[in-house]
Amino acid sequence: MADMAETTETGGRTEAHSAMASSIRLGFLLVGLAALAVAPAFLYPVFLMKLLCFALFACAFNLLIGYTGLLSFGHAAFFGGAAYFTAHAVKEWHWTPELGVLFGVFGAAVLGLVIGFFAIRRQGIYFAMITLALSQMFYFFCLQAEFTKGEDGIQGVPRGHLFGLVDLSVSTNMYYFTLAVFVIGLLIIWRFVNSPFGMILKSIRENEQRAVSLGYSVQYYKLGAFVMSAALAGLAGGVKALVFQFATLTDVTWQMSGEVILMTLLGGIGTLIGPVFGAGLVVTLQNYLATSDFPVTIVTGVVFMACVLLFRRGVVGEFYASRLGRRLGFEHRR
Amino acid sequence: MVLSARGLGMRFGDFNAVSNVDLDVHHARVHALIGPNGAGKTTVFNLLTKFLTPTSGTITLLGTDITGMAPDRVARMGLVRSFQISAVFPHLSVLDNVRVALQRPNGLATQFWRPLSALDRLNERADQLISAVGLSEARNVMAADLSYGRKRVLEIATTLALDPKVLLLDEPMAGMGGEDVAVVAGIIRNVARDRAVLMVEHNLKVVADICDHVTVLQRGEILAEGDYRTVSEDPRVRVAYMGTEEA
Repeated sequence: MADMAETTETGGRTEAHSAMASSIRLGFLLVGLAALAVAPAFLYPVFLMKLLCFALFACAFNLLIGYTGLLSFGHAAFFGGAAYFTAHAVKEWHWTPELGVLFGVFGAAVLGLVIGFFAIRRQGIYFAMITLALSQMFYFFCLQAEFTKGEDGIQGVPRGHLFGLVDLSVSTNMYYFTLAVFVIGLLIIWRFVNSPFGMILKSIRENEQRAVSLGYSVQYYKLGAFVMSAALAGLAGGVKALVFQFATLTDVTWQMSGEVILMTLLGGIGTLIGPVFGAGLVVTLQNYLATSDFPVTIVTGVVFMACVLLFRRGVVGEFYASRLGRRLGFEHRR
Repeated sequence: MVLSARGLGMRFGDFNAVSNVDLDVHHARVHALIGPNGAGKTTVFNLLTKFLTPTSGTITLLGTDITGMAPDRVARMGLVRSFQISAVFPHLSVLDNVRVALQRPNGLATQFWRPLSALDRLNERADQLISAVGLSEARNVMAADLSYGRKRVLEIATTLALDPKVLLLDEPMAGMGGEDVAVVAGIIRNVARDRAVLMVEHNLKVVADICDHVTVLQRGEILAEGDYRTVSEDPRVRVAYMGTEEA
């Protein structure tokens, strides 16, 4: 009976601590939002917008690896693809920016459906290789297709007027639009993960065979998560095209797929804010080292190695799993 | 008869893991599948639940031929299994483990726009199941933190959550202490009142106590069949188990 008593106590403590963790999370969230709201007064808005776009991209990627256990090596196709779709719709068809971004999201979702349809049939390294191969095919398509303008990319994309009213060529307006998209994106991910559907995804990640034996068609769930992740990566890519006013091959290369893995690993797989943190770290390093003579890739490489060796769960994941994190009631998989 | 197999066979290259197995599982009866290690018991389980596709033979569940069906569809038809190595969702709580099983039959498995609190209406049934296997005290504990025996009973609770017509249990007592064995045996006896149970079990005392029918496998083939007394007195079974007829 001794272990019985112990488990009861653990059970009670878990509930109380989850409540504490929720309020701490909410506190962090509000502080973070307030900081982001006033940030343009202190930091270069384009840098902040780039950071937000990559943070959303990393969160979208994390939706797949962190909550479904699928490591995609082809997410650049959705991010960069959506950038092309949005840029084309806004520049050539003169669509308003919000419709352009939605078109990018739609395009990325369709692309996700096609790539996901083939990829989810395999697991582990084979899944990663199929996503890589298909995204490389898409890269080649972007290189050859006429509407992407080859190596030049689509340049001079107008930011336009949001809903025909707000002039996004004003940097501050564009920043708050990007921030709003980022927050909406995070809310969507949060809802998706903490929903009945998200619960089944977690169970598939935990024990796929058991989920099958309980009657779940795991392929549909995986495909659903893949398409959602692709669509959100597309949301980030579409907004990025408006921020920088161009869409180029850089965003569809395999290096971009690698970079988002790096960001997510650095921050912490399976944590909601970990990828935001990881993206912030990588983008900041890139930004501040861009003007120095020292090669950026060497520094990011060293940071990555140090993080993997010291913080196996990523910086945020490691905090959640630390004694302090657990005392505060954060849960993290071991 | 709810589940039936005819001429079931499985070849891995040149190796015949299972050959020509006929099996009939009846409603409201506990049917044991026993045999020495490597006899092919788990392979038969994998074939019946379609986790493996047989190289020969047919399987019928409730009058429907399921030989070519996918395992998740077979599960939805009411044939649900447990695994030899305890299959729980380790980083979900006991309650969530059972709720995951209840989500599909209650139409709460696809909503990605609804909050998790939508699952609260499953709590009453989940608590009944948790209490039935004696895990109420550990309701909010993560499954990974449970003892081995408790993981096994949690697995039985999640399996029962689907209210299966046929329950396949792969060594449900393996690794359990004597007290837990008695509890689980009681649970199995109880659930077999209104459904068919097929179980692989090494504990022959349990087989003698709760099973109505026994099939003995050896090297992938059926060696003997009947009630426990008939089977245990069969000289071929004694040789298979003990290496001598006198044992």
